[in-house]
Amino acid sequence: MPRLDESSEVSPLLELLNGFIVELRQAGLPVSLTENLDAVAAVKHIPIEDREAFKYSLAATLVKNHSHWKAFETVFEVYFSLRGEEYNLSEEPSDDASSEDSLSADNEQQLGQMPGQGGGQEGLSQEQLAEMLYRSLMNSDQNLMRAVSRVAVQRFAGMEPGRPVGGTYYLYRTLRNLDLEGVLERMLGEAESAESNLDSLSQKLVKDEYEHRIEELKRQIEAEIRRRLVADRGVEAMAKTLRKPLPEDVDFMHASREEMVALKRAIWPLTRKLAARLARKRRHGRKGSLDFRNTVRHSLSYGGVPAEPKFKYPKPAKPEIMVIADISGSVAAFARFTLHLVYALNSQFSKVRSFVFIDGLDEVTQYFERVDDITAAIHRVNTEADVIWVDGHSDYGHAFEVFNERYGNDVGPKTTVMILGDARNNYHASQSWVVKELEAKARKVFWLNPEPRSYWDTGDSIVSEYSTYCEGTFEVRNLRQLEAFVENLV
Amino acid sequence: MSYRFNDVPEVRSSLKEVSYLADEGIAGVVYLGDRLQKPVLVEGPAGTGKTQLAKSVAEMSGARLIRLQCYEGLDESKALYEWNYKKQLLRIQAERNLSGDGSWEEIEDDIFSDEFLLTRPLLEAIQSEDPVVLLIDEVDRVEIETEALLLEILSDYQVSIPELGTVTARQIPLVFLTSNNTRELSEALKRRCLFLHIDYPDLEREREIILTKVPDINESLSDQIARVVRSVRQLDLKKAPSVSETLDWARTLVLLGVEHIDAKTATDTVNILLKYRSDIEKTVKEFATDETLTIGQSSDA
Repeated sequence: MPRLDESSEVSPLLELLNGFIVELRQAGLPVSLTENLDAVAAVKHIPIEDREAFKYSLAATLVKNHSHWKAFETVFEVYFSLRGEEYNLSEEPSDDASSEDSLSADNEQQLGQMPGQGGGQEGLSQEQLAEMLYRSLMNSDQNLMRAVSRVAVQRFAGMEPGRPVGGTYYLYRTLRNLDLEGVLERMLGEAESAESNLDSLSQKLVKDEYEHRIEELKRQIEAEIRRRLVADRGVEAMAKTLRKPLPEDVDFMHASREEMVALKRAIWPLTRKLAARLARKRRHGRKGSLDFRNTVRHSLSYGGVPAEPKFKYPKPAKPEIMVIADISGSVAAFARFTLHLVYALNSQFSKVRSFVFIDGLDEVTQYFERVDDITAAIHRVNTEADVIWVDGHSDYGHAFEVFNERYGNDVGPKTTVMILGDARNNYHASQSWVVKELEAKARKVFWLNPEPRSYWDTGDSIVSEYSTYCEGTFEVRNLRQLEAFVENLV
Repeated sequence: MSYRFNDVPEVRSSLKEVSYLADEGIAGVVYLGDRLQKPVLVEGPAGTGKTQLAKSVAEMSGARLIRLQCYEGLDESKALYEWNYKKQLLRIQAERNLSGDGSWEEIEDDIFSDEFLLTRPLLEAIQSEDPVVLLIDEVDRVEIETEALLLEILSDYQVSIPELGTVTARQIPLVFLTSNNTRELSEALKRRCLFLHIDYPDLEREREIILTKVPDINESLSDQIARVVRSVRQLDLKKAPSVSETLDWARTLVLLGVEHIDAKTATDTVNILLKYRSDIEKTVKEFATDETLTIGQSSDA
C-alpha cells in the first residue's frame, strides 16, 4: 500500500485500517485497490470519534453492494469496537464516571453499587438487576440499558478466557438468565393498567415498541460480549471466528431461516435480469433472414446492383420455460428455494409451466398463477400436489415417465426445460431415455444440481447418466452459482 | 480547492434547513463526496428520498441542479452532446451561396465548433461556470453498455469529443447517481463512486420527517403514524410503505381531522399506505388482531 501519510512512520490508524481491509477481503468482499485508497483518503476527512459517520464513510468507499453490509458491520465492530467513548472498556475509571453522570438521578443509587470489573457487583442482587433491566426498557434509557447489559454479561455469560468461540453460546446463557419474555409480559401488563381503554391497534403498537426495545437490548448484550471477546483474543482471531459466508455464497441446502429470507429477496433481481437478457436478445438481435425478393426489387433503383439488402422482420420467439423440480426430503431446503425461483420466474415470463415430483409428478403451474402470496402457493404445492406414487422416496425414473406420458407432447422447439434435483434415485431405474427425448424436442435442457460436485455419482446419485442428454449440468448451491448459470443461459 | 462544507454536522444542519432530514450516514457520505470529489451512488427501496437528496443538496448549497433521467435506449446524443447537423448544413449552404471561396478546411473547422454543438446534461454540467449538482437518476435503467458513457465523466470530470478534443470541467460538480437496484451495476461504475444505501428511516427520523413535511400535524399524531408504519413494515409484504406513502397517509389523516388513530381509521385509510390488495388484507388482519390473545399465548411459551 502506498504510504499516504506525511510522517515517516505509518500511523496506527492506517495500520488498523489496513488490517481491516485485509479482513474484509478474507471475508469475501471484493475490495479493489482504488477502493482501498479511497478509504485511506476518507478517514483523513472524517474523525474516528464520530463513530457513525466514520462507519458510513468506510462503508461508502469499501462496500458497494448492500447485501455485504452485514459482513462489513461485523468486521467493523470487531476492528473498531475498542474505539469510541461509549465503548471504552470498563476497566478505565473514566468510563464509570462518565456513564454515571449521564444517568438520571434516580438511578444513581443503584449505580453506586454498579461494578467496575470486579468490585461491588456482588452488591447488586438478582432482583435489583431485574428491576433495573425492567426500568431501562420501560423508559427506553440507553445508558442504563448499556450498564445493565454490561453487568448481565459479567454475571451470566460465564466467559472463559482464550476459548475460540464466536459468542453465540455466551449470548444464549446471558439471555436465558434475564428472562426477557417475562419482562415483556410485565411491561405489557403495566402499559395496560396505565391506560385501560387501549384498542387493539394501540396495544399492538405498544407491544411492537417494547419488542423493539428488547431487540435493542439484545444487540447491546451481543456487542458487549463481542467487545470482551475481542479484548480477550485480539481482533484477527475474533474476526476469523465470526466470518460468515456472504449471502451469495450461502449454501441453499444449509441456509438458516434468516439467510433464507435474504435469499428470497435476492432472487427477484436475478429473475428480472434473466428476463431482461432474454428480452434484449429479442430486441437487439440481428434482423431476420435476408428477404431475397425485396432486395432484388430495391436493386432496380440502383440499376440492378443489390446495394441495399433487405431483411425479413424478425419473429421474436417467446421463451417458454418448463421447470421440473424435485421436492423430496433430501433436497427439501433447496426445494423451498426452487419454488421461490419458480414463483419469481412466473412473474417475468408469460409462459412458465412448473412441475414437482417425488416419485410421482404433478403440474403446479396453476398454484402460482395470480397469487400474491408466495407462502400460500408453496403451502398449496406441499399439501395439494399429487407427487407421491408409492412410498414417497425420490424416483426420478418414474417421475420422468409420467412427465413424458402426460406432458411430453407440450414440449416444443421453443421450450427450455430446467430440471432441478440431486438425481438421487434410490436405485430405481433411471429412464434416462425420457431426458434424451426431451433434449431432442426442446430448445435446451438444463440440469441444476444443489449438491457439491464432489458428491455427484456417489451412492445412489446418477446425475451423469442424465447429464449426457442435457445441454448443461450445473452445480447450483448458492446465489453466485445461480447467477453464473443465468449469465451463461443466454 | 475550496470545499462546499466544513464538517459533517454542518451538512446535516443545512440539509435540515431545506427540510431534508439526513441521518449520520447520509450526511457523512455527502460530505465525503464533496471532500474526495467523487460521485455518490445512492441506492435503496423506492420512495426513500434518493432523488430528493440530490435536489436538497443543490438547494442548500445554492447550486444549479442538472438532471439526467435515464431510460432504456439512452445514448450519447441524449446524455453527452450532439452535433446540430441542420445548422451545419445551413452553414455549408450559406457558404456556397454567398461567395463560395471558403476552403474545405475552413468550413470543416467552422462547422465543428462550439457554435454547432448541442450540449446535453452531462456536458452541460461540466461546462457550467457556476456550482452545479448533477443528478443521474435511475442509472440502473440504462443498458450495461451505455453505462460506459458515464465512466469518463465520473472519474475525470471530462468529456472527449473527437472533433473538438477533451472538454474538462470548469468546476467539479457534485454528482449523485440513483439506482433502484433493478439490476447489478457494473464494477467499473461502482468503483468510481461512493456507495450510499438509504433505507427506510428509523422511528425518530420518520416522526421528524412527518413533522417537517406535513403542515398542521401535531406531535402525537405523527408519532402514532410513525409507529403504525414501523409495525406495518415488519410484516412480510410485497411492497412495504415508503416514506412518500407515509407522508400521503399523514396528509390524509390531517385532512380527515383525525386526532387519534384507532383500528377502524387505520383500516379505512390503509389503502393510501399500501398498493397491493394482498398486502392490505394482511395488514388489516393484523390491525384487528385481538392483542390480549397474543399476550396470553406468549405467556404459555
